[in-house]
Amino acid sequence: MEQVIMNNLNYPILSTVIFLPVLGALLILINKRSWETLTKWIALGTSILTFVASIPLFTHFDKTTHKMQFVERFSWIPNWNIYYFLGVDGISVLFILLSTLCAILCVLISWTAITNKIKEFYIAILLTTSFMIGVFCALDFFLFYLFWEAMLIPMFLIIGVWGGPNRVYAAIKFFLYTLVGSVLMLVGIIVLYLYSGKTFDILTMMTKHYPYTMQIWLFWAFFAAFAVKVPMWPVHTWLPDAHTEAPTAGSVILAAVLIKMGAYGFLRFSLPLLPEASKAMTPVMLTLSVIAIIYGAIICLGQTDLKRLIAYSSVSHMGFVTLGIFALNTQGVEGGILQMLNHGVVTGALFLSVGVVYERTHTRRIADYGGLATEMPIYSSFFMVFTLAAIGLPATNGFIGEFLILLGGFAANKWAGVLACTGIIIGAGYMLWLYQRVFFMEVNPKLHGLVDMNVRETIALLPMLILVFWIGVYPNSFLSFMHTSVQHLLERVNSGGMAQEAQIAKNIMEVIR
Amino acid sequence: MANMELQWYHVLIPFLPLTGFIINILLGREVTRYKAHWFAVSSVFGSWLCALATLQDVLAGKIIDADLYTWIISGTFKVGVGFLIDPLTAVMLIVVTTCATLIHIYAIGYMHGDTGYYRFFAYLNLFTFCMLMLVMGNNFLQLYFGWEGVGLCSYFLIGYYFNKKSAADAGKKAFIVNRFGDFGFGIGVFMVFLTFGTLHYADVFANVNSIAGKTVDFLGFNVDLPTLIALLLFCGAVGKSAQIPLHVWLPDAMEGPTPVSALIHAATMVTAGVFLVARCNPIFNLSEIAMNTVAIIGALTMFFAATIAITQNDIKRIIAFSTCSHLGYMFLACGVGAYAAGIFHLYTHAFFKALLFLAAGSVIHAVHTNNIQFMGGLKKYMPITYAVFVIAGLSAGGFPGLSGFFSKDEIIWSAYASHSSVGKFVWILALAGAFFTPFYTFRLIFRTFFGEYRGGLAAEEAATHAHSSSHSSSHDSHSSGHDPHGHGSSSHGSGHDSHGGHGPHESPYIMTVPLMFLAIGAVAAGWVGIPPLLGGGNHFAHFLQPVVGHPEFHATHAEEWGVMILSTTIALIGLGLSAFMYLRKTDLPERISKQFSLLYKILYNKYYVDEFYNLTIVQPTLKLANKILVGFTDAKIIEGIVNGVPNLIGIFSQKLRRLQTGIAHHYAIFMAAGAVFIVALIILLS
Repeated sequence: MEQVIMNNLNYPILSTVIFLPVLGALLILINKRSWETLTKWIALGTSILTFVASIPLFTHFDKTTHKMQFVERFSWIPNWNIYYFLGVDGISVLFILLSTLCAILCVLISWTAITNKIKEFYIAILLTTSFMIGVFCALDFFLFYLFWEAMLIPMFLIIGVWGGPNRVYAAIKFFLYTLVGSVLMLVGIIVLYLYSGKTFDILTMMTKHYPYTMQIWLFWAFFAAFAVKVPMWPVHTWLPDAHTEAPTAGSVILAAVLIKMGAYGFLRFSLPLLPEASKAMTPVMLTLSVIAIIYGAIICLGQTDLKRLIAYSSVSHMGFVTLGIFALNTQGVEGGILQMLNHGVVTGALFLSVGVVYERTHTRRIADYGGLATEMPIYSSFFMVFTLAAIGLPATNGFIGEFLILLGGFAANKWAGVLACTGIIIGAGYMLWLYQRVFFMEVNPKLHGLVDMNVRETIALLPMLILVFWIGVYPNSFLSFMHTSVQHLLERVNSGGMAQEAQIAKNIMEVIR
Repeated sequence: MANMELQWYHVLIPFLPLTGFIINILLGREVTRYKAHWFAVSSVFGSWLCALATLQDVLAGKIIDADLYTWIISGTFKVGVGFLIDPLTAVMLIVVTTCATLIHIYAIGYMHGDTGYYRFFAYLNLFTFCMLMLVMGNNFLQLYFGWEGVGLCSYFLIGYYFNKKSAADAGKKAFIVNRFGDFGFGIGVFMVFLTFGTLHYADVFANVNSIAGKTVDFLGFNVDLPTLIALLLFCGAVGKSAQIPLHVWLPDAMEGPTPVSALIHAATMVTAGVFLVARCNPIFNLSEIAMNTVAIIGALTMFFAATIAITQNDIKRIIAFSTCSHLGYMFLACGVGAYAAGIFHLYTHAFFKALLFLAAGSVIHAVHTNNIQFMGGLKKYMPITYAVFVIAGLSAGGFPGLSGFFSKDEIIWSAYASHSSVGKFVWILALAGAFFTPFYTFRLIFRTFFGEYRGGLAAEEAATHAHSSSHSSSHDSHSSGHDPHGHGSSSHGSGHDSHGGHGPHESPYIMTVPLMFLAIGAVAAGWVGIPPLLGGGNHFAHFLQPVVGHPEFHATHAEEWGVMILSTTIALIGLGLSAFMYLRKTDLPERISKQFSLLYKILYNKYYVDEFYNLTIVQPTLKLANKILVGFTDAKIIEGIVNGVPNLIGIFSQKLRRLQTGIAHHYAIFMAAGAVFIVALIILLS
């Protein structure tokens, strides 16, 4: 196969990373229920091992090619032409690392927060991790769908069993919302399967050309699944409920990885498989993105619940991501991918941080806080860094992503760029106001005597802090993964071989005219 | 252009303060603590030495333009972190490092014993780093980096006493108001990239003439490209330099400790907007509309801020409005093409305004209130502070021979000589400003240092208690703005034991010595720019000429003399009237404010701009968020549909149940129909 590079390591790295957490889950399963500490250590050990196992993806990745790497391909169900087909390229590889890192942090932050059904909880976390990694690796549509749907189950349980007071409503809402979207995607997959000569191989599917009308139908079928996951406006309302009710680890997984899958879906499937439809739908997608940015930001100003506010800010931030992707130029798409990563880091970190303080106060109401900077200075410094990253301050990761997205968005459509910029003003407004109400001013009497973060919590937040500055100061460590893959993707979308350079040149011409 | 390699001492200029910041922020709490100033001051002092070495290079005709590393690459977009060191940068480096060093030293005394001592110095160092990155950057994105960075430090330092709601509010306000300016600035940067394909100054300015006269479609309007870019960039300058209509954050910023006001809100950060305009002068020069906008915004801000300053009672707010007003002067100069005069005023202003603030800090340190109504008679208690305050006031007021005189005269002269109708308009406003500056500055000095001591903090507290018990006043917010510095002196070190009850006294040498150095600057810094008319060589303008050019003015010596004598006379009248009203007829101000109570109220309340913004922007946005989006769109419409669909399905499925007859051949028919439907669908789609 000329589209792929077989695995050049001497062991199947992707399968290892996917199935290590499953192995850990099995170990926990056979562990005695009363040995709770051992359960936790198995979970921690497994997640660290998985992360270490995924590091070669970062160090041994060939950045000079857009082809799929570390590929594993075995016939699985020959009758249906289904393969166990895994591989990564510059678009997906970083999300695997994000998922494996995230798993460690989730285990750490749940250490004392989860007190009932400990075994089941860590099994659910590990299984979610495994399935999430699967989603980013799968190159067979059937396998992809399997992972995509499988992930819902442990996530549903995490929200429904270990969540807040309104957890059952939130869990069912989350499940139904995403299921309805996924079912439409299934229809799309089946149509593609039949049309492209009965193959589920995504790379083969990409070599085919699909009639325009069919592309449009398929675009909306996929849209249903991906837009709900992102979530785009107006199908975002599951997110605040799910985030708010989920336990900290659940919120972190949701924010850091799970909602990235929607945007990833657009990049992996919608754009390359349905290039004409994607281009034709750009105005709609840009409009929805801009609405999400502004709507999500303004609605944050009206929130009284910490987690709900951060959840809505995700709607706004993911609006930036879809804006970048559908700008369909290098800066926009690379910015979009980087912003997915950034959002995972920053919003993940914000939820982790909220978890830290929730464990002490058991309240999410903003009004119950105030003056925390006096009581927990180290914690408030961490939170400040994440706040600044969320509002896109230069030298933090948020700036690089937002800047590239806005530059790309502005080049693609000036209105979209200008309107999206207003999201940055409001973003500063709600985040700084939140920070003020929680950390500044007189100490709320209820908060007297709170202890600052302990070593475990600090270790859980430190990787995110490092990533915030790493990506902010030297983003090329991460951007360099994307260049060739994004270039290839855009060449395909702007079919007729019109290169990205030409597109930019055209934009410049339009500007100068 | 660039004719010198980047040297180690160039790189050290910004990175020394960054090192100081990192050391203090990581180790401050446990290790450096009350010795935090060792690292902070020595790092900034090191920067100052490096800046002097750099000035040597630039004076020798060297220009440096080099990248440290490539920051972001994405497709054709490529931008580095790098330095451009030319005469304009050199001037800014000297201003920033000199003021920063002196103010850091002063802060050792001023912040003595404060619980956040290390945090204060860490932020001050971080600010210095960002400001130096801003002025040294060789591209627009690094400018933006420094721009946001100094804004962040300003946010931290305004809200330094974060337990106070007013301080936290003020910091947030400064940040958000600046974001409004940066909104335009950011779009301006996008336009620069889309137009020139690069963000590096050298490449942009080299090709700038290719866009002259070009138009572009912007949001449906056909606009002149240079005008668009220049005005978008200017939006950022308006925010950062507190010009109308984004000036509202600066007075509130006085919530920060006084050294912060001196460094950030007088000498350096707020002048970044002027620096931006001067740096981008090749773009501004292409657009008459943009230039006139800069001049008019500057002149209006200068005038309005000066009129507000004459009614305020908070010592720091008076100086803050004065800063606003002087920044207006600098923009006015840039707007008539006299960039060198604008930068010259930036340079002299840094000394006399930092001095005014620090001297005011010294006063606050002694009397523990910001309200000049409760000061008075301090001349005999604090002679050094008094002396330097008068020097700074004379310099600011444009007293002949002092720094401020030369720069302000240069601006007024340039406005006159530019011979355009806009130039004449701003010239008249500039003359009016020449009256107000000495008037309000000396009102402040007379109220503070002359007459009888009116009791300081104790008197103020007594007055507010009496006041609030009689009737709850809406003006309380105005008098609550003082630094909490020095309150609860039990937490202070032993050097402060003598505070309570013994009357005010002079500040320690660690504070007064930096004042003396700044006083030298306030007197003599302007001597490098003495115009040929007075026997000087105007070396300053010649030094900057390679970067900002030199405006072509055609006027006679007689006119030049006339303008100078006119503006000096006006300034002396302002000073004299101030002395008359506040030394002789001390009941006169009261009577005038009663007589013109409406005007007085408008001025006292700063033209009600804050109230206007609150009504038109803040409240509607919050209402939109709470009432419409949270309460209606999300909760009713979207959730209504989301929850409504399952309900509908529920009803529908009740009907559908009847299909389940339990008779096998009914099912067979349904299955067959379904299969036919799917096949038909596939055929139709393919």
